[in-house]
Amino acid sequence: MSLPTGQKAGSRPKKAVGRRVFIGIAALGALGVAVGGDVQNFLGNALGSGLGGILPGGDRFRIYSITGQYPKISRRKFRLEVSGLVERPMTFTMDDLEAMPATTFKKTFQCVTGWRVPDVEWQGVQLSHILKKVGVKPGAVALTFESYDRADTESLTIDQAHLPDVIVAYQMLGAPVTTEHGGPVRLYVAPMFGYKSLKWLSAIRVVDRVEPGYWEQNGYPTNGWLDGTTGAANPDPGLT
Amino acid sequence: MTIAESASETALRILRFDRVQRTTHWANAALFGVLMATAIPLYFGSFFGLVLERHVIEQVHLWTGLSLPLPVIVSLIGPWGSQMRRDVNRFNYWTRDEIAWIKSLGKTGLAAEKFNPGQKLNAIFVGASILVMLVTGSMLQWFRFFSVSLREGATFVHDVFALAVFVVVVGHIYMALTHRDSLRSMFQGTVSERWASVHAPAWLKELSAGSDPAQPE
Repeated sequence: MSLPTGQKAGSRPKKAVGRRVFIGIAALGALGVAVGGDVQNFLGNALGSGLGGILPGGDRFRIYSITGQYPKISRRKFRLEVSGLVERPMTFTMDDLEAMPATTFKKTFQCVTGWRVPDVEWQGVQLSHILKKVGVKPGAVALTFESYDRADTESLTIDQAHLPDVIVAYQMLGAPVTTEHGGPVRLYVAPMFGYKSLKWLSAIRVVDRVEPGYWEQNGYPTNGWLDGTTGAANPDPGLT
Repeated sequence: MTIAESASETALRILRFDRVQRTTHWANAALFGVLMATAIPLYFGSFFGLVLERHVIEQVHLWTGLSLPLPVIVSLIGPWGSQMRRDVNRFNYWTRDEIAWIKSLGKTGLAAEKFNPGQKLNAIFVGASILVMLVTGSMLQWFRFFSVSLREGATFVHDVFALAVFVVVVGHIYMALTHRDSLRSMFQGTVSERWASVHAPAWLKELSAGSDPAQPE
């Protein structure tokens, strides 16, 4: 529709198209928000990990670090200390972890802020297996996880820690977990958003109450269930 | 500047951007610069490691982003914004010649107004992008109120528009550096009559006629 305006004597006819272009661009943005997730999936597949790693729309991890640094821990020096309300406090080496029964599965890595990487392969030891080894004492309510970065902490309830897809991971994408992804060993809590999967895991303390971790103290939900998988296991009405 | 100089200049020079517009432009540019500078480590964090604590960069990016629309809004709403409002009107109204010029990708002849079609599109695009970036950025910050699918969509749009805006702004800076008289008018406000006769002949005609066809009423 044309709007013949500004037609004073002597001036040329004008149309108010600028407004429409403005609205058109904004509408494109709104459409992108509505279908962007699907477009991203399509583009991610089309671009692969090369270009997709740089261009918007690609599937790529965005590497976060609280301290601005990546703690470098060699395989040889790595230790996982498990203490607190346990029968047998233990310290695990890489060899110890790898000697335990391994769990392998693929899962979309989902960040709470809205990026994801589909079909990430993980391998590690189920956390429940480690807890069984150390023996959780009665009165234990939650776990507190600590990181080699000396800044990040996380928490899980004892129930959450026993879910089968909550693992202490030492392989990711078919190779040892890299330093930037939290290697040599990180937590991977598959049913929750990425911030629950603490990187550079150094210690697990079994405690008598949930101690909110770093991201929880910065406003993220303590129970970071992914939408849709909230399911029967542990509905969290606080998170929609 | 002495009185004599200023008098001789006003005789030859035409006001293109008043003080409010220049201030708005440079405030906007400064905020945009901070946004881009903070966006790069946030976006490419995995490529070149991190300089500062990520949380600090995020906060700077957030607050700069939230204040980005302020210069434009403040300049438009007050009694000081008449020139600003008039120019926004110019962006809105297009002559048939201008539409033909855009459709032919600049092949038809055109006696440009105060802003040529490319400049109009640039302004409209940047304005719309500020809105889109503000909305999607807010969705990412206050993500809890949106479904994961909408968060993904917002991430996607925020990334794509960021890239587009970046390309457009690089083009804008290139044009400014290769058109020094235009650039100077964004510092000093005025252009020469000769410049206007070459780059904005229809505007010059409009000024000398004393009418203002950009105003609909």
